[in-house]
Amino acid sequence: MVGRSGHGGWRLREPSVLPGFSLAFGYTVLYLSLIVLLPMAALVVSAASAPLGQVLATLAEPRVLAALRLSFGAALLAASINAVFGLIVAWVLTRYDFPGRRVLDALIDLPFALPTAVSGIALVTVFAETGLVGQWLAGLGIRVAYTWAGVTVALVLIGIPFVVRTLQPALMALDPALEEAAASLGARRWQTFLRVTLPAITPALLTGFTLAFARGVGEYGSVIFIAGNLPMHTEIMPLLIIIKLEQFDYTGAAVLGLLMLVLSFVMLLVINLLQAWQRRRLGLVA
Amino acid sequence: MATAGPVLQEHGRSGQWRGRLLRGLLIGTAVLFLGLMLLVPLATVFAGALARGIGFYREALIDPDALAAMRLTLVTTALVVPLNTLFGIAAAWAIARFSFRGKNVLTTLIDMPFAISPVIAGLGYVLLFGAGGWFGAWLEERDVPVIFALPGIVLATLFVTFPYVARELIPLMQMLGTEEEEAAISLGAGGWTIFFRVTLPKIQWGVIYGVILCNARAMGEFGAVAVVSGHIRGLTTTVPLQVEILYNEYNAVAAFALASVLSLLAVVTLVLKTTIEWRTGLRGRH
Repeated sequence: MVGRSGHGGWRLREPSVLPGFSLAFGYTVLYLSLIVLLPMAALVVSAASAPLGQVLATLAEPRVLAALRLSFGAALLAASINAVFGLIVAWVLTRYDFPGRRVLDALIDLPFALPTAVSGIALVTVFAETGLVGQWLAGLGIRVAYTWAGVTVALVLIGIPFVVRTLQPALMALDPALEEAAASLGARRWQTFLRVTLPAITPALLTGFTLAFARGVGEYGSVIFIAGNLPMHTEIMPLLIIIKLEQFDYTGAAVLGLLMLVLSFVMLLVINLLQAWQRRRLGLVA
Repeated sequence: MATAGPVLQEHGRSGQWRGRLLRGLLIGTAVLFLGLMLLVPLATVFAGALARGIGFYREALIDPDALAAMRLTLVTTALVVPLNTLFGIAAAWAIARFSFRGKNVLTTLIDMPFAISPVIAGLGYVLLFGAGGWFGAWLEERDVPVIFALPGIVLATLFVTFPYVARELIPLMQMLGTEEEEAAISLGAGGWTIFFRVTLPKIQWGVIYGVILCNARAMGEFGAVAVVSGHIRGLTTTVPLQVEILYNEYNAVAAFALASVLSLLAVVTLVLKTTIEWRTGLRGRH
């Protein structure tokens, strides 16, 4: 996009009359390197310099495999639950007017504002077998606290704003004329929703889903209280990294950390590809 | 469309009734979902805090360890928020005011901490400055504690709150454009004069918005700080970590008392954030 000056030489930036580029750019890069890139480099180098045998042994530990399954499985389930309920919430907040709508709208960001340790101890209290919701569920024979279901509940809470806040602008940007046209042509409400509305908001829904999923995989504070942290059953990946550190197994911790880092980047890549594909498809249809 | 008239009307009459039912059903589902996942846990914190009366609540808050934790959290936040605000302004000035090579890469790298598990952030710093880390021995020789001390806690908090201000300011400054700054230049204003007299007044609400979010996250961070803190009571325990310690010691009421302070902070954050959004038309982009 930039870089070639009129004389064919290489330039970092295009000329501008505004001052301060060197200072702002230099400070940004230096600060980014010190705070973010340096610790991530330490993680990558520490994991990469480990003997291959040790890396494979760490990855093959049954406890690690169980934690991977739980972290990714629960995050996937929670993101799916959020996709459904988040869509309903975003729909209600953008399409209907009712008393308390603005309060409800402001409440969506609570998981961003509430420290995770606080939501963690609150959730385990609510969903424990003596808790407000837990005792009612216990009557139905459902145990939530200290099971994988509890992990999922915590990840649902954490993921709510990601789905709702991504869907809201997409729903608001949708041209009402499209839905009205479908209705005037005799489409039923659900037909209009499935054939007109849903395709238009699918990229936003997928983005919100993946953001919630990625956050869920790495979440620690709100999960560890309700999880119970039983080895092989309710241990999540971030907890396993902390356990390795407490055992002074720095290499093992770095290997698990790098694995999770790579998996999060793969997820972000997937969502970017999905969105590009969706945009192309919509572009062709339109 | 004469033929469509009667069809629409009939569609309309039963449709109106069904529409109202659907509306009620969807609003009910949204309220129930958010009530269960957000309001009930929030109410539980305050109910739990006051479970043994106001006297016990007061005592839990003026406990020396609790006060030390509050002091540490305030000191950490007082260091982290200004540093990340300064960075956010510099990054936004470089990215929104100039065209240069690698701009997209830089923007992606700035957002990276949002995609990384806080536990992995903490792990990166342990691998750098911990006993077995890259600079561990060097720091130990000079008797400069980083891990299990204030510097480590500050660094971990800097990492997780890194993008908050930059993320608000970059799109805001891109939207505002550079015309006014260029006009100021042509009138002979210097770089700092332009920044303080032209740019800053335009972006002040964006800065405040970013600072509020950064502050809430800095005070509530758990996972990253848990890795580097060492949980030394009265010394390296922030408020969220103190909540964890109290809860794990089966002192749930004291844990909830401290958690209620953090929850109040979260509620104040939401109120301020929403007020700014209404006043300025700014909208959260999370």
